[in-house]
Amino acid sequence: MAKSKNAQTSQAAAKRKLSEKQLHDMLYTMMLIRRFEEKALDLYSLGKVHGTMHLSIGQEATAVGASGALTQQDYLLNTHRGHGHCLAWGSQADLMMAEFMGKETGYCRGRGGSMHIANVDANNLGANGIVAGGLPISVGVGLSIRARNTEQVVMVVFGDGASNEGAFHESINMASIWNLPVIFLCENNQYAMSMPVEKSINIDRISDRAAAYGIEGVTVDGNDPEAVYAAVSSARQRAVAGKGPTLIECNTYRYMGHSKSDRQAYRTRDEVKAWMDKDPIERLVANLGMSKEDKDALFKKAEAEIAKAVEFAEASPEPDVADIMEGVYA
Amino acid sequence: MPSANGTREITYVEAVREALTQSMQADERVFLIGEDIGVYGGAFGVSAGMHAQFGGERVIDTPISEAAIVGACVGAALTGMRPVGEIQFMDFITLGMEQLVLQAAKVRFMFGGKATVPMVLRTPGGSGTGAAAQHSESLETWFTHVPGLKVVMPSSPYDAKGLLMAAIQDENPVIFVEHKLLYKISGPVPEEPYTIPLGEPNIVREGKHLTVVATSIMVQRAKQAAEELAKEGIEIEIVDPRTLNPFDDSLMIQSVIKTGKALVVHEAVKTSGYGAELVSRIVESEAFDYLEAPVRRLAGLDIPIPYNRNLEYHAVPQVENIVAEARKLVRGEY
Ligand SMILES: Cc1ncc(C[n+]2csc(CCOP(=O)(O)OP(=O)(O)O)c2C)c(N)n1
Repeated sequence: MAKSKNAQTSQAAAKRKLSEKQLHDMLYTMMLIRRFEEKALDLYSLGKVHGTMHLSIGQEATAVGASGALTQQDYLLNTHRGHGHCLAWGSQADLMMAEFMGKETGYCRGRGGSMHIANVDANNLGANGIVAGGLPISVGVGLSIRARNTEQVVMVVFGDGASNEGAFHESINMASIWNLPVIFLCENNQYAMSMPVEKSINIDRISDRAAAYGIEGVTVDGNDPEAVYAAVSSARQRAVAGKGPTLIECNTYRYMGHSKSDRQAYRTRDEVKAWMDKDPIERLVANLGMSKEDKDALFKKAEAEIAKAVEFAEASPEPDVADIMEGVYA
Repeated sequence: MPSANGTREITYVEAVREALTQSMQADERVFLIGEDIGVYGGAFGVSAGMHAQFGGERVIDTPISEAAIVGACVGAALTGMRPVGEIQFMDFITLGMEQLVLQAAKVRFMFGGKATVPMVLRTPGGSGTGAAAQHSESLETWFTHVPGLKVVMPSSPYDAKGLLMAAIQDENPVIFVEHKLLYKISGPVPEEPYTIPLGEPNIVREGKHLTVVATSIMVQRAKQAAEELAKEGIEIEIVDPRTLNPFDDSLMIQSVIKTGKALVVHEAVKTSGYGAELVSRIVESEAFDYLEAPVRRLAGLDIPIPYNRNLEYHAVPQVENIVAEARKLVRGEY
């Protein structure tokens, strides 16, 4: 049964440990993500960022743990709630901020916005406005890696809600039958918009679905970057060894509403509070035995980096309407 | 049908909700199904309060599963219910396309007319909210190209209520496209239930110099353009098909015979857009002999909708574009 498989994987994974330096770097990236998103929210409130925005505040550990376990040569496919993954992948805060403000200097020249940021030069093949939209693409990337015979893997990130789309099942099935180097990273933040995971899925763990496709499935604490790192590292090793895809479920929580217009009538304050007490940043600070002063100083450093990003974005030019027809065809 | 001259003004979103509520009160077979339509009240607030009023059996929240939502409507409709599905953004109909095009639209025909599929699929379409390319599509023409589907695009609160009530009572699958930017506009809407027959266009404004045929939000923009143009002595007549398919084009053709000129305006991209159908109908008809100028189309640029505000604005027709194009046609400066 899938459950025993999961348990084994979790144990093996938990053994792999990170150095203090690596954990420090992860902590800083988590702080950077948090401050980036808080700032983006401010800018939205000021009308400088428009459209919609999906914040991942509370989910930072999954992003840094997962990216930390991959290499610069690997590929990332991201979701609509992907700012954290994008930053953890090493994308620049200033070019991201410029994209949020719709500027020509942004990663997508102001055409994509917060929901569609890609950094193709860094093998970040883009966030996706369509739930589960990245999963079938990951199959193609996996095929391409195999055809080119490289030691790469592709990680596709998606939410609990996405695991109910047909695309999820079709993609995992194909990746499985062809043994492709794909890491399916499910960020289970307990809700798909207003739909709680208990009401949308009739099993305890999303990772149990792996069993139906004959692949490894594992559930980890998504608020623990080490646990996520360990699981993704193992999955990467299996993938490059030709042992096929893995489904990793990271249990975490989003503190903010689904998007700006969400009144959050579907959950209680107490529930949100209970998860905030398990805050990934505070937890890692405590685990590292870091003093309050050191923590504040590190947050200050992140704030300064974000402030520079905003300055850059504000000073950047808008796209020229004369170029509006560009980019549809090569 | 009550007249639009009622005194009570409500918004488009309220009109849609009232149509749903009154339809559910009148007919126990009617139920709603879609993502986040329950306690959340729908992504655009259309079903706000309805879950509390009708309960979870009649306002059914689903997982994110568009193909299954559409298919569930087909199955329920085939077996005696009157489902109203919601697709959260028109863009996501792409995921339910097979059930809609290959099942919903064809079942009745394939079964020799011995079954019907009385379902409605409501969905917000269009751009203007900064939601970028994957949340701003205007895909209506895809559906007008499928025999067996009806396609409705109301441009006012009054039309939204009457057309939706008619769509729910219709025996066929109906795609009901609401425009995100129209949700907040208000207008007179009678409190009592009423229907507007599917297929009947509406003369939104009378004029003599030019016929402007516009759909959805472009009707509102054409009305604003008409006010500008009236200051210059140009009187445009505005025709709103309201139902894109089936569409009784005789009113439109009569209008073009009267004015001798026609401009077709829609938000979807120009190439192979619904405007091409409207232009063809005009030039194929007796109106051809009365044309004093080429029939022109004003439509979205052939690009995905950009995120940047200014680019987004320029990607689709705005009031000033309608004014400029209408002026050129009337003055013979095309
Ligand atoms: C195909 C599709 N259906 C619906 C939506 C609207 N939508 C955007 S995000 C979302 C919830 C996604 O939930 P989940 O996959 O759990 O990711 P999370 O937002 O929790 O990160 C919904 C319903 C969409 N973007 N694409």
